[in-house]
Amino acid sequence: MDIRVHAHPFDYGAECAAFGAGRQDIGAIVTFCGIVRGQDQGQLPQMEIEHYPGMTERALQKIAAEAQTRWALSDCLIIHRYGPLAPGEKIMMVATAAAHRADAFAAAEFLMDYLKSRAPFWKKESRADGSDWVAAKASDEAALTRW
Amino acid sequence: MTLEILYFAWLRERIGLPRETVQTNAATVADLVAELCAREERYALAFSDLSALRVAVDQDLTEFDAPLAGAREVAFFPPMTGG
Repeated sequence: MDIRVHAHPFDYGAECAAFGAGRQDIGAIVTFCGIVRGQDQGQLPQMEIEHYPGMTERALQKIAAEAQTRWALSDCLIIHRYGPLAPGEKIMMVATAAAHRADAFAAAEFLMDYLKSRAPFWKKESRADGSDWVAAKASDEAALTRW
Repeated sequence: MTLEILYFAWLRERIGLPRETVQTNAATVADLVAELCAREERYALAFSDLSALRVAVDQDLTEFDAPLAGAREVAFFPPMTGG
């Protein structure tokens, strides 16, 4: 289990290549990468992500530990950035490894659903006409009920 | 007791500071919120709708009726938007 929270960019390709490398017990790896959407209603927003240092790492550890109790995971990785992010930049990634794909897929979705509304990150979008905190979606909260 | 209180996102902006240290005898998070709201109007405005806010005590998410006995750090913030 590898949890990293930092402001600087990460190399998604290199992380994917390194994840689970050299292990013989893994039959499936699922990876997901979240990216700042560049075109939203014709404007180019800048994004700033605020987080709660200390609790962020603690919350992600708990979410990852919960995933490991629910599915037979060989490994999991969460990287999440904070600070200013430009359109097209990679915000975060998760990777899950398991003997079989069903566990890897389900655990990756679980990690994403929980990370969206249970890890203390807040997104703020800035446009030419001002800036706004991104509101949490009811659908994100509802997504937790399926687990 | 002495509590470190932290505010994030729009709550931090509305209250106008990221953290502060308070002396309190509040028994629960809700009692603490009531004390803060009684202090100044900007707190009352920021905390006017608790359903729009979340709270963590010592870095674990909890509810507004949670007890504060033994707590050192309380954080208030809007619903999270990670990912």
